[in-house]
Amino acid sequence: MRKKLIFTGVLWCVLLAVALWLLNALFMPKYMSEIPEGALIAEYYNETADHDVVFIGDCEVYENFSPDVLWREYGITSYIRGSAQQLIWQSYYLMEETLKYETPKVMVFNVLSMQYGEPQSEAYNRLNLDGMRLSPQKLAAVEASMTEEESMLSYLFPLLRYHTRWSELTAEDVKYMFHRDPVSDSGYLMNVEVRPAENVPEGAPLADYQFAEVCYDYLDKMVELCENHGVELVLIKAPSLYPYWYGQWEEQMEDYAAEKGLKYINFLELIDEAGLDFSTDTYDHGLHLNLYGAEKLSHWFGSWLRENCPQVADRRGEEPYETVWNEKSEAYAQRKAQLEAAWAAEQKEEPEA
Amino acid sequence: MSFASAQFLAFFAVLFVLYYLIPRRHQWKLLLVGSVFFYFFAGWYCLVYIGVTAVTTWLAARKIGALQARQDAWLRERREELNKEARKARKAADKKVRWRWALGSMLLNFGILAVVKYTDFVLGSVNGVLSAAGAGTQLPLANLVLPMGISFYTFQSMGYLIDVYWGKYPPERSLGRFALFVTFFPQLIQGPISRYNDLSQTLYAEHRWDSRQIAMGGMRALWGLGKKLIIADRLAIPLRELTAAPEEYAGLYVLAVMFLYAVQLYADFTGGIDITIGVAQMLGVKVTENFERPFFSKNIAEYWRRWHITMGTWFRDYVFYPLSVSKGVLKLHQKARARLGEAGKRVSVYLCTMILWFVTGLWHGASWNFIVWGLLNGVVILVSQECEPLYARFHGRFPGLKGTFGYRLFEVGRTFVLMSAIRVLDVYRDVPLTFRQVGTVFTSFRPSVLWDGSFLELGLSAGDWLIAALGAAALVVCSLLGRREPVRQRLVRRPSLAWGGCAALVVCMVIFGVYGIGFDATQFIYNQF
Repeated sequence: MRKKLIFTGVLWCVLLAVALWLLNALFMPKYMSEIPEGALIAEYYNETADHDVVFIGDCEVYENFSPDVLWREYGITSYIRGSAQQLIWQSYYLMEETLKYETPKVMVFNVLSMQYGEPQSEAYNRLNLDGMRLSPQKLAAVEASMTEEESMLSYLFPLLRYHTRWSELTAEDVKYMFHRDPVSDSGYLMNVEVRPAENVPEGAPLADYQFAEVCYDYLDKMVELCENHGVELVLIKAPSLYPYWYGQWEEQMEDYAAEKGLKYINFLELIDEAGLDFSTDTYDHGLHLNLYGAEKLSHWFGSWLRENCPQVADRRGEEPYETVWNEKSEAYAQRKAQLEAAWAAEQKEEPEA
Repeated sequence: MSFASAQFLAFFAVLFVLYYLIPRRHQWKLLLVGSVFFYFFAGWYCLVYIGVTAVTTWLAARKIGALQARQDAWLRERREELNKEARKARKAADKKVRWRWALGSMLLNFGILAVVKYTDFVLGSVNGVLSAAGAGTQLPLANLVLPMGISFYTFQSMGYLIDVYWGKYPPERSLGRFALFVTFFPQLIQGPISRYNDLSQTLYAEHRWDSRQIAMGGMRALWGLGKKLIIADRLAIPLRELTAAPEEYAGLYVLAVMFLYAVQLYADFTGGIDITIGVAQMLGVKVTENFERPFFSKNIAEYWRRWHITMGTWFRDYVFYPLSVSKGVLKLHQKARARLGEAGKRVSVYLCTMILWFVTGLWHGASWNFIVWGLLNGVVILVSQECEPLYARFHGRFPGLKGTFGYRLFEVGRTFVLMSAIRVLDVYRDVPLTFRQVGTVFTSFRPSVLWDGSFLELGLSAGDWLIAALGAAALVVCSLLGRREPVRQRLVRRPSLAWGGCAALVVCMVIFGVYGIGFDATQFIYNQF
């Protein structure tokens, strides 16, 4: 009786574990047809070749730089580990995790997240952290990011968070249980729509312009981490017109870069030099660049890398990069053609847009 | 630390493993340490309250026991030389001393309960009177924090003390063992109110690993958790909405509140008790049953014998019976009988019943809602008793009716509706509002809200309502199936079915349970008492 009870128990526990694993796969949001930003972080693990340049940061990196241009024009292999409202501690742990898989020559970090000294929102945390593979870095990132209402357990067993989706499951949830289609091109989330920037508001005065201590702590850790791995850290501020980048913030970043001997580029000051035109190169009135803007910016940045970071090599003609990046370029061109066709069709229907 | 939390799961998992690994003679000590740790989670200050109760009750009981032993020895030594009167006089004198010890401990512990639980109620009532009298001043409220489970452990401790005073059993010699009786963690949150002579049988015993008992306990705890997470917490969502804005939800909505709250409270309270009894059973400890399918009761008196049984029997044994045979009540009985004849016999019964229900109401909460709720229960029970001749006459005229299934169904339905109607006092803000709301059932009954989608705007989707309904149906089916033998007892004989059922329940809980972000995890309702 006792043996039978225990044997049956073990058997059922295994079955239960399998069932919960399957349910977990079913209930996780797939981010395929909606909010593709949620799929960005996990896509990195599909990469087959390493990269010389890795971008880390929020939407200001995954919307504004095109790795395909860097490859085609300069032979630079790059990847964007960006995600929506990525907080600086999330960037740090993503950086640390990336260095477990590869050692790029340059890490490019967008400094907009210096403005956030506290966890912000559960929704963005989920978009940024659910996709990370289970690792000490993920646990640390979760621990640092959780808002009051969140629990570590729900990151370890996401079913505990997403169980309420039982009434909204779709065929997409079944289709993408065990695989995802790529939503980005080496981390770049392409958008070909055009919505000019007009009357961009000035930033409202702030009570305190000083970046939080915790942000500096993580920035220090990034510097140390890159030094330890022989990686050059480059700080940038992407040319997004909004959220507003205050002069006081700029000063702090310039001082920090000077103090640490880091290269720092504020693209807001290079808009004309990069050839950006905010009447044609943004898809959301200046918050993010569209494909055309991103390509222009990448063209400029590739040239800058070539001049200022000689350790970043031209990999054209070198295997496996040549094969891998030719395939990527093909996919990039295809996506571009599809999106342009869709946008043109939309324009036809709504000419005023 | 709520039963329905990951912390409790982790706490119990560690305790459970250690419990069966350590030498068996130390098991009860581990339970004591675990219980103190569990209680510490509710706030360190709570430990002071429960500590005072445990120590003072233990000391008083020990003193009473010592006095009793001294008296017995004294009488034994002088068996030959004392006549009956002298023996009686000595016993009476000693009893007085013992009573003083018991009374002192009771005053202290009931006093603590009264102060922390009822101070603001009294001050609030005084303020109400002051403002009605037009006085400009208001007394400030004390805002004392209520220690977790204080009503339960105080009543449990005082029950023990009274039993020792009555000489039902000798006092517990070890303070540690007695402290475990008071703080035993599974029953700290919402009872049941155990008796020392019941619980001590298994609480301090050495327990070997018993797969069958552990499986039975585990299944019961799981079932309780399912009731709480899937049904009770789901129904809490529309109930919050319906009672937060009562002026918007009148008429048929009030009926919905009555019945939804009945189901929610049942799922919540019996769910919590299932976890308590199941967890204790997994540790080899037998905790007294607190429910016996109460919603199948045919009248309100029977209902109260089957709902929150340990509270009912506590009030019966320690309030109603002693009150009924107290000198004052016996004197009243004689006087009333002399003046009113046969009808006067009932005066003392009425009085004792109403006092019983008054304190029962007061025990449930420091508000007029609970007091009126208790008194209404008393009135309904007395009216039912008075109507018995009428029922007998009715059944004399229709002799075949009483045993029929249809009539039994009518009785069960009548009791359910009546109890649900009285219980609605639990949910609305105050007594006048409750009566106004119930009144709207007769004045603003709008049945169209049942089918115009209004119920889908109360925080639950159609799917959620369906799950709640299926859950409630599962409760009824399991109650019916468990009439002769608990369902889990049948299941444990077929391990495959038992484990399969548990796995299915876990899956259902994980998916359909109401927990996580977006839901305010509700405490067990009886936790607040």
